[in-house]
Amino acid sequence: MTDMKLMQGNEACAAGAVAAGVRFFGGYPITPSTEIAETMAKILPSVGGCFVQMEDEIGGMGVVLGASLAGKKVLTATSGPGFSLKQELIGYAACAEIPVVIVNVQRVGPSTGQPTSPAQGDVMQARWGTHGDHPMIALSPWTVRETFDAAVMAVNYAERFRTPVILLMDEIVGHLRENVQLPAAENIDIYPRRCPSKTRLQGYEPYAPEADLVPNPADFGTGYRIHVTGLVHDYTGFPSGSPAVTEEFIDRLHKKILLAQDEITHYDEFFMDDAEYAVVSYGGVARTAYEAVRQARAKGIKAGMIRLMTIWPFADKVIRRNAESLKGILVPELNYGQLKYEVERAAGGKCPVKLLAKYNTEIFVPGEILEGIEALKGGRL
Amino acid sequence: MKERTYEKYFRQNRLPHIWCPGCGNGIAMKAIVQAVEMRGLPRDKTIIVSGIGCSSRASGYMDFDTLHTAHGRAIPFATGIKLANPELNVIVITGDGDCTAIGGNHFIHGARRNIDLTVVLFNNTIYGMTGGQASPMTPLHKKATTAPYGSVDRPFDACNLAQAAGASYVARSTAFHVQHMTDMIAEGISCRGFAFIETVVQCPTAYGRKNKMPDPAEMMKWMRDNAVMKTAWDRMPEEKKADKFPIGVFHRHQAVEYTEAYSEVITLAQEGGK
Repeated sequence: MTDMKLMQGNEACAAGAVAAGVRFFGGYPITPSTEIAETMAKILPSVGGCFVQMEDEIGGMGVVLGASLAGKKVLTATSGPGFSLKQELIGYAACAEIPVVIVNVQRVGPSTGQPTSPAQGDVMQARWGTHGDHPMIALSPWTVRETFDAAVMAVNYAERFRTPVILLMDEIVGHLRENVQLPAAENIDIYPRRCPSKTRLQGYEPYAPEADLVPNPADFGTGYRIHVTGLVHDYTGFPSGSPAVTEEFIDRLHKKILLAQDEITHYDEFFMDDAEYAVVSYGGVARTAYEAVRQARAKGIKAGMIRLMTIWPFADKVIRRNAESLKGILVPELNYGQLKYEVERAAGGKCPVKLLAKYNTEIFVPGEILEGIEALKGGRL
Repeated sequence: MKERTYEKYFRQNRLPHIWCPGCGNGIAMKAIVQAVEMRGLPRDKTIIVSGIGCSSRASGYMDFDTLHTAHGRAIPFATGIKLANPELNVIVITGDGDCTAIGGNHFIHGARRNIDLTVVLFNNTIYGMTGGQASPMTPLHKKATTAPYGSVDRPFDACNLAQAAGASYVARSTAFHVQHMTDMIAEGISCRGFAFIETVVQCPTAYGRKNKMPDPAEMMKWMRDNAVMKTAWDRMPEEKKADKFPIGVFHRHQAVEYTEAYSEVITLAQEGGK
């Protein structure tokens, strides 16, 4: 372990990304994510990497995809309006299978909204923001320390599955400062990008999947002369209009993530052994929820908490398993209700799922969630 | 007959191309590979990046590492490739709509940064792929499906735009002037910095038919009769310029190239400097 230091969530995100091997950042300044760009601008050249401030959010997304194709591990960071602008190229990355991590430090929307205030309103946009059918991985950390780990994990998943990964932060965690002790470099697991398994002469096909359904397109400049396109393509990488190719392609994009879903579903369970009521929470809100659950326990309520770090793909199994033995689930969110409906779907009617929504720029205080737990228990929600 | 050595740069199994009979894009695509051959660029270190539209389908036919990006975004992708690996030669193929409408911001900022890209704009003055809508380079009063009474939108001069934005090299040619076009592109490849070459190509299908010039050969004769070499253009009286346009090299200015500038940032950062 390294020395203890005071660090901001956004700084921890940048540090984690660099530790995971990110050597290229492109982006555009936007509150409340700007410190990530600023930190990258400072660190990256010192490790031989590259930082570029682009002319707009779309350019910020395009430049990192180009750098990724040329062999770099890449990151971009933004918030609400910028996340909206980046959506087309997030879909491009999903289609052309380009590893990339997009950080979205959520703020209040819609539109310019409340730029300096926290929200969790982009949960569904993270999943469905770009057009068409595509899988998505999104991770939502709740502490500064975990933000570092989540950044490492996001980079590793992007490389391993060759897919865009959303690091879905919020203003609470992004601007929070905590004492953290970061792991020593030798203790950080890094997924190296895979190389082509065949030569051109051996009949290499850049988009032919390996056993894990992930292909290994060669980095540009390594002699494979591959073609990369946002059109639906076959294993050669060239466009195909075939219904069979299209169906298999869309199928494979989803299945490569589903195959590994259990492994990439990260969550915590607190006080769940005998719990009758559970709070399902994520991101900065989970910090308040944890305190509320402790206070509920002190009052004799058998309350527990499930804290989701992996938001997408959704932790269906975790919710389903717990719902069997629960009398009710409370989902506090800094939005008008988004992940609540996923929890409800996963619970499959085994117990009632109730929303505690807040969307006025203020964070929850523990008493509000405690009241919510009591109301859930008393059947008043 | 001269041997067609440039053919090795095409993916023969991807041909024939999707362009209409009489289209000028193939001429421009061939000029690019001939320029690559003239300059002796190593094929495995040369990347072709394109946007979306008729022009941008060219990347699929060219046997290099090729990238067919999203509409308007070829220059940011190309910028990422070049910055990630400055030893690569990066050539961008774009169209008038791709480059100056949806990609206009990236175009001027690429020129401003003066990153070492060779950007070849196939200017057919129309959105061909979608069936003939007006672009920001459709001439005034010419017809398009979205300008059925003639366009009242003043067109961009992409060469002026590139020069004003800071490009190191700016030139124009036409599909009629094949050897000239090849030379213009080859010189752009040699330039260390943002090189921009506009090449006028005919689109008989979506533009010509709407504007009383459905015959591709007539369109090329129009290029022959109306394109004026830069040196002659500069001496030409204003009243004779009316429908004519200049071709040739408009601008050469070797400013600091962006990846070289950034390598100094790396040196500074690694020395712990401020």
